[in-house]
Amino acid sequence: MSGATLPAAAPLAAPRRMGHGAFWLASALAALALVAALRALGSEYAYFAATFVLQYVVLATAWNILGGYAGYVNFGAAAFFAAGAYTTVAVGKAFGLPLLPCIAAAALVGGALGLGTGVLTLRLRGAYFAIATLCLSVVLQTLVVNWDFVGGSRGAYVVRPREVPWPFDSYGGFLCAVMVGLAAGAVAIARTVEKSRLGLGLAALRDDEAAAEAAGVPTLRLKLVATTISGAMMAVAGAPLPYLGSYIEPNSAFGLAYGVNAIAMPLIGGTSSWAGPLVGAVLLASLQQAATVTISSAANLLIVGVVLVVFVCAAPHGIVGLFRGQR
Amino acid sequence: MEGLSRRGLGRAALAAAMLPAAARAQSTAANAPAPAGEPIRIGCSMSLSGGLAGNGRPAAITHRIWAEDVNARGGLLGRPVQVVVYDDQSSGANVPGIYTKLLDVDKVDLVVSGYATAIIAPAMPVVMQRNKVFVSLLGSGVNTDFRYDRYFSISPTGGRIKETFAKGFLDVAMAMEPKPRSIALVNLDSDFHQRAAESARFLARQHGLRVVYDRAYPPSTVDFSPIIRAVQAARPDLVFVGSYPPDTAGLLRAASELRVNFPMMGGPMIGPHITAQKLQLGPILNNLVVWDVYAPEPTLQFPGMQALLERYQPIAAREGADALGHYVPPLAYAQMQVLEQAVRRVGSLDQAALAADLHAHRSDTVIGPLEFDAMGEWTEERNLYTQYQGIQGNGIEQFRRAGTQVILYPPRYRSGELRKPYTAGAA
Amino acid sequence: MDPDLALLLNGIVSGLLLGGLYAAAAAGLSVSFGMLDVVNIAHPAFMVLGAILVALLQGATGLDPLLLAALVAPGFWAMGALLYGAYHRFFERRGDEAIQGLAFFFGVMFIIEIGIVLAVGPEQHFADAAWADTTWRLGEIDLPLRMLVPAAVSLAAIGALALFLRHGFTGRAIAAVSQDREALRLLAIDPVRIKRFAFGLSLALAALAGGALAVVQPVDAASGHIFIGRVFAIVIMGGLASLGGCVLAALAFGVVENVTATFYGPSWSPAVAFGALLLVLAVRPQGLFGRAA
Repeated sequence: MSGATLPAAAPLAAPRRMGHGAFWLASALAALALVAALRALGSEYAYFAATFVLQYVVLATAWNILGGYAGYVNFGAAAFFAAGAYTTVAVGKAFGLPLLPCIAAAALVGGALGLGTGVLTLRLRGAYFAIATLCLSVVLQTLVVNWDFVGGSRGAYVVRPREVPWPFDSYGGFLCAVMVGLAAGAVAIARTVEKSRLGLGLAALRDDEAAAEAAGVPTLRLKLVATTISGAMMAVAGAPLPYLGSYIEPNSAFGLAYGVNAIAMPLIGGTSSWAGPLVGAVLLASLQQAATVTISSAANLLIVGVVLVVFVCAAPHGIVGLFRGQR
Repeated sequence: MEGLSRRGLGRAALAAAMLPAAARAQSTAANAPAPAGEPIRIGCSMSLSGGLAGNGRPAAITHRIWAEDVNARGGLLGRPVQVVVYDDQSSGANVPGIYTKLLDVDKVDLVVSGYATAIIAPAMPVVMQRNKVFVSLLGSGVNTDFRYDRYFSISPTGGRIKETFAKGFLDVAMAMEPKPRSIALVNLDSDFHQRAAESARFLARQHGLRVVYDRAYPPSTVDFSPIIRAVQAARPDLVFVGSYPPDTAGLLRAASELRVNFPMMGGPMIGPHITAQKLQLGPILNNLVVWDVYAPEPTLQFPGMQALLERYQPIAAREGADALGHYVPPLAYAQMQVLEQAVRRVGSLDQAALAADLHAHRSDTVIGPLEFDAMGEWTEERNLYTQYQGIQGNGIEQFRRAGTQVILYPPRYRSGELRKPYTAGAA
Repeated sequence: MDPDLALLLNGIVSGLLLGGLYAAAAAGLSVSFGMLDVVNIAHPAFMVLGAILVALLQGATGLDPLLLAALVAPGFWAMGALLYGAYHRFFERRGDEAIQGLAFFFGVMFIIEIGIVLAVGPEQHFADAAWADTTWRLGEIDLPLRMLVPAAVSLAAIGALALFLRHGFTGRAIAAVSQDREALRLLAIDPVRIKRFAFGLSLALAALAGGALAVVQPVDAASGHIFIGRVFAIVIMGGLASLGGCVLAALAFGVVENVTATFYGPSWSPAVAFGALLLVLAVRPQGLFGRAA
């Protein structure tokens, strides 16, 4: 756990006016440092805990591109997450491909799904959009349950390959390194979006959509780009899931926990910048993982609910907002 | 909040829970030599909250009872045993983390599974990587993809589900006069019930039965009357239903409201297995033929069974778990007994030797003697088909007595005769 | 009667009864989400809380579950008033109710659910009414009282609420607050007080729906999940602020579900119902029965 929280501080401490290239380089370095640190720890449990936390970093960062930057609340994060996981199952089964190409396929599927959602719901604002994404989740789950090729309601088994890719000591280590890479990539993408014209446009749209449109911001196109990027990244977050547990079934893949966490983490961290979801996810996911193996009762889910309610009431701009406020 | 993140907390709570147990154990068995030394620690993940907790909590209580029993008899290899359990919240996603923690950080000596396929399967890669013996609780077909030779399953369905699961139901049905000609299949869209329906479909074809209705329903179904009505309209002689507790109540109440009259109805309708639902449904259960794992009939009394239920029921009453404990506790106790006997026979905790021993020897448990095949399933399946008979009112006492839930199949345990038709409680 | 016709008629009738239950579940949301613009995603969780309270009380006292639901409703009203107070203080006044408010109720939902598990365990609870085992029959059509009585009581309560909104003074103020909050201030009515009252009403309705639910099926802490999508779908299809539209949409939803289940198999009924909602949202976002925006 401690291994996962430490390197997160590195990109945070980076100077504020950094170019895109420099930031990508910094994220890559932070990722390498994290992998090396975990390798030095050498514990399978550290790998697992880090993978668990980092999958939420990707998910929360992805959610925030649409939810935080553009102000469109997506309740269906679990649907995108599960779409990624099931892409891995389907592509792996159909073409016998290993994890990495499956992740790319998941990005395509998630992006297409995001674009579709965007097109279907682009006339909806505020709560309507949120409800529509919730419905999407139900419809998608019904489809998966009725799709026998990926196991339907029985679930699907994805057995880890016996040979471990070089230079890793175990498959858990390999999965963890993949997740580190995805998380670093997700954060870098989020930061690039945020500081680009796209991010500025989304921010304008969030503050007042009608005014933004009147001022010549192409709101429709921006929204579609944001739903697509966000959908693709959420699916990528879910793609390694089948390998993590070797077994996947619709109820857990579409589980409420993913939907709740995808919203709670950015809100707790702060939705206005890339650092928010990162901080929120690392904090909340570590807390949950720690609670699962210590308190070990339903009470640990209660923590998520209470922390979420307390934060949205007391610190509406999240942890990052608290720091900004003090300066 | 700072107290929550302390890792030792769970262990401390666990130790506290074990204390009175150990004290009681010593007073009841003063003549056995007290176990000494480092405890043998057995790790598992259990659903103590969430959708599976209704059966997960009785299993956890049973594991605790087993540990007390073993410690009262002098422990295992002269050492006390201790069960280390973490709550997986009924979510498979938590399971790999729990077993990694158990094996890498807590360094437990042995592992067993939690309850149900969705919890067992995610533990497999972790357990396989460490080459641990793994005794599982009520999973179906978990090992068909992994093919792990140290996996052992405590599930009465055996390894050939398609050929054997519904055999009892159809054997009993085909002995009826007049001979049934058609069957309706209804099942919940879930792993276990899909396999059960597949077996019924396969065997019905072998018996030359016409399948007049064959549909699955989703877990979110609220109103079951359309299903029952469509089944009624198809006029089947037999109705084979696979369902879980909330739906079982919905289906049977709809059947009662629609005045069904089928020569025989039943199947793996998981529901009356839970005491609260036995009491709620009462006479509606009369003549229902239900797949089960245990019934308090004289033909099923193996050593230790009665003692287990007598120990279990007061604890369950105190902790608000399933009152009678006829469903999961016998199997959960057998799960631990199998492991215990292997350790005693081998005389060490060597995992390879334990696995070889379990493949080679028969274990005697509270649910009878068990043998495992190469895939770790029972060599001899033991799907019980039971029929509820003569239930009056909603009292609990009648369900403790023999004769309320008679066993129709398999013949070696038979304790009563089939009554027909099924009319959902109508006189 | 032709068997297929009887099947269809029964599918429609049982769908209407199921729709009655859905209407009860959705009506409260129609008040909070439709009229007050408070996206209370925890509404089904409050309904389940009501159902479990009713089931426990029924076990203890043996009173009729629907009567008990009416008895706990004032408690829910008070809880709703408090909750709205907090919501207003932290979100509406600050003006960021959109995302933060949604997340707030998401958290509340989670807390209720886990709270139930911690307090009464994960087992299922149900309420038994003396009349629930009776079924009335009109020719080929079955009317199980287990479904009929809760549906009838819910519809009566919704009817009473509709009358109150049209004719009562406070009721008209509630209707007004959904149209124009500032206008109320001109009449020297405090919109916050009115909204607090109305939000309490919505939770009282949730308690009543909970009583109905506990009669219809066994309930556990997570039973609310399958209702979240359905109730929001119904309220949106019904055109938000219209109670009549909400009832019509609920009945339509029940009929579509049950007729699909009867003729095409139950596994497709959720997809059909939600697919319909997605279409409604895409084509006619103001709802099937709503006024044109």
